[in-house]
Amino acid sequence: MRNPVSDTIVGIKPSGIRKFFDIVTEMNDKNVISLGVGEPDFDTPWHIRDEGIYSLEKGRSHYTGNTGLVELRKEICNYLKRTQGIQYDYSKEVIVTVGGSEAIDIGLRAMCNPGDEVIIPQPSYVSYEPCALLVGAVPVIIDLKEENEFRLTAEELKAAITDKTKVLILPFPNNPTGGIMERADLEAIREVIIENDIYVMSDEIYAELTYKDKHVSIASLEGMRERTVLINGFSKAYAMTGWRLGYACGPEEIIRQMTKIHQYCIMCAPTTSQYAAIEALKNGDKDVEEMRAEYNRRRRFLMNAFKEMNIKVFEPYGAFYIFPCIKEFGMTSDEFATRFLAEEKVAAVPGTAFGASGEGFLRISYAYSLERLKEAMKRFAHFVEKLRAEKV
Amino acid sequence: MKMEEELLAIIEKNSRIDLKELAVILGVSEIDIVNTLQKLEEEGVVCGYHTMINWEKTSIEKVTALIEVRVTPQRGQGFDNIAERIYKYPEVQSVYLISGGYDLLVTLEGKTLREVSSFVSDKLSTLETVLSTATHFILKKYKDHGTILGVKSEDEREIVTP
Repeated sequence: MRNPVSDTIVGIKPSGIRKFFDIVTEMNDKNVISLGVGEPDFDTPWHIRDEGIYSLEKGRSHYTGNTGLVELRKEICNYLKRTQGIQYDYSKEVIVTVGGSEAIDIGLRAMCNPGDEVIIPQPSYVSYEPCALLVGAVPVIIDLKEENEFRLTAEELKAAITDKTKVLILPFPNNPTGGIMERADLEAIREVIIENDIYVMSDEIYAELTYKDKHVSIASLEGMRERTVLINGFSKAYAMTGWRLGYACGPEEIIRQMTKIHQYCIMCAPTTSQYAAIEALKNGDKDVEEMRAEYNRRRRFLMNAFKEMNIKVFEPYGAFYIFPCIKEFGMTSDEFATRFLAEEKVAAVPGTAFGASGEGFLRISYAYSLERLKEAMKRFAHFVEKLRAEKV
Repeated sequence: MKMEEELLAIIEKNSRIDLKELAVILGVSEIDIVNTLQKLEEEGVVCGYHTMINWEKTSIEKVTALIEVRVTPQRGQGFDNIAERIYKYPEVQSVYLISGGYDLLVTLEGKTLREVSSFVSDKLSTLETVLSTATHFILKKYKDHGTILGVKSEDEREIVTP
């Protein structure tokens, strides 16, 4: 028989997260505490869920237009205007997608020719590299450094650019490091981007979850709006992961081509979710603020816990992850995470699941109650003590 | 959020949280917490540290009633005098002045239905300024003080996700 599958997809490695997931599932131990989840622990605020239910009661069970409900697109534009000062035209420059993930996929498909290079700073979310490979683009990885708090520097970017570079993916606030890019950091790379005439796909899904200054989008910088596809969504800010709803805003020409792909592959994002999302944008600011405050308390708790254990960790100001360094124990991230799971029954994802530069780190999610985090840190301290004793 | 506001929001939900933990999660020193709490207590902002108990889960019998009371306000006193006469009874849990169809909302806790109804007929209705009362007995508490009673939520998320 002929080979039933494509060489391209066979050549793409399954996600490192998946591998770890299988190990945890195989253990099937009820005492396992997980710190491995990349989604909020909060349920979607009730008034948002209620709007979804209401839309169903009214029989809003049909397709919407390809790019999403007009009212939703208008609200998205309002939101970006009031938070970032960027003005998008809801009729030409916005598309509502099935999660931010779809926007990443169709964005790269719309922008890249085979052979184009896509710069991907890592550690970062797992889907950029496979999505680039699927369009025949060439991923060029930048290994971000802990001493820069995993920010992208102009020098690093400059060194990665060739005459084939088409797109830079900018994943901040960052999963898994919790790192952010502040205005000055963005200004520094802006010059390099414009000078080299490349485009940016800015994945800002964690934009609402920053704990220093408010998030700044690179699209709000001079000369960047016309070369940036801004991706955001409802999953993290409004705890709406299961609703699968995101969006992309950008230059008309890119959005038009993205819409073509979306129209053939997806048709439209889920209608119920779109109605709920309108409510989220209209009346959800208070929920976001409360959740952000709660994440911030947990973040401070974890920073303090690692400090007390003498574990090296930089202070993360974004998302809901903390990325402690475990190099002192002389193990790989994989080994550490596997032993930590087996011996202390805590599941935390090895940094290498997000790129080779995650080696020596562990992603700890704080999308968990303080009670749970306390227990987990107790176990972490116990484990660390044991490992340090072994070394002596 | 201001520290004081956030502190109040936290201890309103969990008054047993320890000072060191409060200091850590609010990003301030323990001394700051102690001083702020002391100030809030002195100012009467923090009036007490109570425990929420779901009595239905115990063998102790209790009934709670909400009583709507219509009264004649008194010259120079308004409703304060009559409210005071009512809230001094220890079985009275709360007294609120209410806008709308009646004046005072009184919540009352008693051991039995009879105990509550005798309070209403003997003590409350006989007060000179009380025009009428309407007593509602609580049959079941679903949610109290922002806490949903009797339902434990479980983490239904996958164990590891990107």
